[in-house]
Amino acid sequence: MSAQYIGMPRMGFFTDTSVCIGCKACEVACKEWNAIPTDGALDLTGESFDNTSELGANSWRHVAFIEKSVPSQDTSAPDGVRWLMSSDVCKHCTHAACLDVCPTGALFRTEFDTVVVQQDVCNGCGYCVSACPYGVIDQRKDDGRVFKCTMCYDRIGVGQEPACAKACPTKSIQFGELDDLRERAQERVDALHEQGLADARLYGDSPDDGVGGTGAFFLLMDEPETYGLPPDPVVCSRDLPQMWRQAAIAAGTLLAGLAATFLGRKGQSGE
Amino acid sequence: MSKHRHVPEFTSYYGRPVLKEPTWEPADIAGYLFTGGLAGASSILAAGAQFTGRPALARSLKLGALGAITASAAALIHDLGKPSRFYNMLRVAKPSSPMSMGSWLLAGYGPLVGATAASDVTGVLPAAGRAAGVGAGVLGAAVASYTSVLIADTAVPAWHEARHHLPFVFVGSAATAAAGLGLLTAPTSEAGPVRRAAVGGAAVELAASSAMEHGTGLAGETFHDGTAGRLLRAAKACTAAGAAGAAVLGGRSRFAATLSGLALLAGSALTRFGIFAAGQASTRDPKYTVVPQRERLAEKGGVGEAGLPARRSTG
Repeated sequence: MSAQYIGMPRMGFFTDTSVCIGCKACEVACKEWNAIPTDGALDLTGESFDNTSELGANSWRHVAFIEKSVPSQDTSAPDGVRWLMSSDVCKHCTHAACLDVCPTGALFRTEFDTVVVQQDVCNGCGYCVSACPYGVIDQRKDDGRVFKCTMCYDRIGVGQEPACAKACPTKSIQFGELDDLRERAQERVDALHEQGLADARLYGDSPDDGVGGTGAFFLLMDEPETYGLPPDPVVCSRDLPQMWRQAAIAAGTLLAGLAATFLGRKGQSGE
Repeated sequence: MSKHRHVPEFTSYYGRPVLKEPTWEPADIAGYLFTGGLAGASSILAAGAQFTGRPALARSLKLGALGAITASAAALIHDLGKPSRFYNMLRVAKPSSPMSMGSWLLAGYGPLVGATAASDVTGVLPAAGRAAGVGAGVLGAAVASYTSVLIADTAVPAWHEARHHLPFVFVGSAATAAAGLGLLTAPTSEAGPVRRAAVGGAAVELAASSAMEHGTGLAGETFHDGTAGRLLRAAKACTAAGAAGAAVLGGRSRFAATLSGLALLAGSALTRFGIFAAGQASTRDPKYTVVPQRERLAEKGGVGEAGLPARRSTG
């Protein structure tokens, strides 16, 4: 990894959703700092306070709102409601599929071990969009190129924290050296378990997962898929050597098979 | 018709997909999968034809390959969000990107196809033209098969899960398309090899398709349902009819050869559009992402009693 290679610490996000209050300051700060255009007219989903719905080319932070019905212990009382809120973002994977498949080198790994698109190189082929196991990166239709979170590459390069972390009023979004954040996250999840919140779990913190761990990881209060996150993402290019092997065998079969159609004397089979 | 597995309960965020649907236009990219296969396999058959005294077959396949690969390049560039920057494809050579490898492959293959076709038509530098034809044939095999890796190396469930079988579906489909072109354009007296290619290609394509549709787990549903299912059923009918027609009547009747050729070309195109549509469908429903991943976690023993993943260590 480039950061370790040049002796710099890997930087990351730890998003602790247990203290997210759903204020969307992160979404607004991100849009303002990065000058991200609107998706168009204000669309209300009518399903929750979430009208952003998903990460995309024009939404680099997305606050999910989930209302979970909690069955009441007392049969005479109505069921309760539990609110889950979480600010999602590009995961800045250790093994990033978007970066692997990018044919132009527009996607690159920075000195902070984050993954960023060089907008002056991207030609809008869209390969990264289909490769991302989290459905993060997307194409801006009127522009043609792809866009996603840069972890505020311009800000962190001059010692500032990313706009979303700066704006977060509850420290739900924490920016820092990834090793420190992982320690802090483990302490936090242990404390929540001691408080009896057994559902608390870390997501993306393990270097042993299918993407080698993520630079932006989360403390979730429910299963990942409840928040729209894949439960066990795997970088597609992990299987690339095996896929090339299969394709090579198939190509050899095609070559040999079609060559074989010319065997035998001309004039046979109706010629 | 389709065999649906029992789908366990799963959660999602308001039923929204986890993945983004491919940005690719079916007409461009499924069209490219078809024309790329057609061109690649045509070049192989043309190389065989040029050395076995079948000049009309060689010429029609060479011209067909040139037309198909030109259409491919046009479709690929048209599909880019920034077509004016298509040349950035050759800015780097990245083994980790099948699209980068494919771009370099086409950059080598295209000129060879053009050279062998031009030499054939004009009669200029015949030996060099034949040599270019051999080169186009060898690279043609790669052009016909690499596109399977292009789409399998994605998070798209139907494509990625089909990665073992897809290369064989694609080369079979490429062979039937090229055979179809040969049947359509060459005199029956020269078309013996392409009739055999029609039968062999159809056998490979149909067998590999069947294995693919049943070997992709839950995402395999998308090969049977909706638009993809209709396209793929039509593809099989066309391919089987075309191959049978070529084998039984193709050598005797010009009219039967023409009909068989058209059916084979249609079958190959329908296969590519069907597989493309299955991939799109598999990104639209979160179950194809969530359920297989949940099952994988359960197999790994990572799921505790409450259905929660075991706490992972921080390494």
